[in-house]
Amino acid sequence: MTVRVVLPAHLRKLAGVAGELEIEVTAPATVRSLLDAVEERHPTLRGTIREHGTGRRRPYVRFFACREDISHEAPDLPLPAAVAAGDEPFIVLGAMSGG
Amino acid sequence: MSGVRVLVGTRKGAFILTADGNRSDWKVEGPLFGGWEIYHVQGSSVAQDRIFVAQSTDWFGQLIQRSDDGGRTFEAVGNEFSYEGETGTHQWYDGTPHPWEFARVWHIEPSPTDADVVYAGVEDAALFRSSDGGKSWSELSALRRHATAAGWQPGAGGLCLHTVLLHPSDPNRIVVAISAAGAFRSDDGGATWIPINRGLVSEQIPDPNAEVGHCVHRLAMHPSRPDVLFMQKHWDVMRSDDGGRSWREVSGNLPTDFGFVVDVHAHEPDTVYVIPITSDSEHYPPEGKLRVYRSRSGGEEWEALSKGLPQEHCYVNVLRDAMAVDRMDSCGVYFGTTGGDVYVSPDAGDTWQAIVSNLPPVLSVEVQTLA
Repeated sequence: MTVRVVLPAHLRKLAGVAGELEIEVTAPATVRSLLDAVEERHPTLRGTIREHGTGRRRPYVRFFACREDISHEAPDLPLPAAVAAGDEPFIVLGAMSGG
Repeated sequence: MSGVRVLVGTRKGAFILTADGNRSDWKVEGPLFGGWEIYHVQGSSVAQDRIFVAQSTDWFGQLIQRSDDGGRTFEAVGNEFSYEGETGTHQWYDGTPHPWEFARVWHIEPSPTDADVVYAGVEDAALFRSSDGGKSWSELSALRRHATAAGWQPGAGGLCLHTVLLHPSDPNRIVVAISAAGAFRSDDGGATWIPINRGLVSEQIPDPNAEVGHCVHRLAMHPSRPDVLFMQKHWDVMRSDDGGRSWREVSGNLPTDFGFVVDVHAHEPDTVYVIPITSDSEHYPPEGKLRVYRSRSGGEEWEALSKGLPQEHCYVNVLRDAMAVDRMDSCGVYFGTTGGDVYVSPDAGDTWQAIVSNLPPVLSVEVQTLA
């Protein structure tokens, strides 16, 4: 399946991409498998969304899907069906924290 | 020598400032990596077009960028800084044990003899080494495993390893400084370390003469005399003549001996520069006058250098990595301020001019003298 991924501007620039990513993921797609595939395609993103070693989401990074904040959901749960179908994007963004 | 390239790290990007040997007409490029905190930009003295950038944000963590064409293009290299083995704990601000956690790279120090070897000083305090030009990093973990490490406590800026001095010809000799643990030295390439803080006196810790716990802000060394070290401590300017084994105070007639930077003239090992800052809570120059102080006698006797610097209503700070000297025949001295100014003196401190103003707060200044 093809999942659409929206990255924040800093990470798009780092990865050298414009617009959305289209990432091939084996079903059932999860946050973990999707981000594994993103990092495989764009190795410079390793460590910027998830921590090296632990694989934990960085504290000021958020994951949105279908107008919901799914940052705190278990990374091995299936993504929402609309995201898995490519109808809605999986959005990675930096939390609002000033600066 | 054809000119200089000044490498500036700021809160919101990096800037590269270039000039010919006159150092009067400057080209300003940047911001590079706009929006990212650039704690340090440092060039290799072995391969002058190789430049490393320590780039980070709280959002997206740490990146290391490397250029091999003098800063025209960069590529992201290795950004995995994993502590080796059990991480253990150090003291937190409230005195409780706190696990070692990587926060960011504070300082990058390329080897003076091998273009592919580079060191990184990080927060929480540790020293990493790369032997492949920054693609991969390994911790020299004996430092963090030192018997005193569980008692190290962070300074206000964090438990950061901010200074790395490499011996000009002996790759086994490494001197580092950590806020607020003190200075440490290795004579075996980082396999073992000794604290080198004898003679430091810090009234802010329970035992002012303790072996560790001193808030060392910066160390400087002239490559022709690697056993002579200068230190700007939280308070006190210090000098060692035995590679750090003992220190004596050389604050002399400074208006205040608090400050962050210290550096040494490129050709005169006894000519030393500091920028006095009013106090540990008043991080601005005394009397609102920005003055560099120069000693031509290795400390004790200092003269104020102010020609071309603001002499009223100046309340900026100069952070620990924000002073550098070039190697032109007439030594140039550079520093950057939290007000976003970068100053140069092409005549060893006698006169100053602003190269650029109103940058984001300056975190670091380095200079390459170009062949």
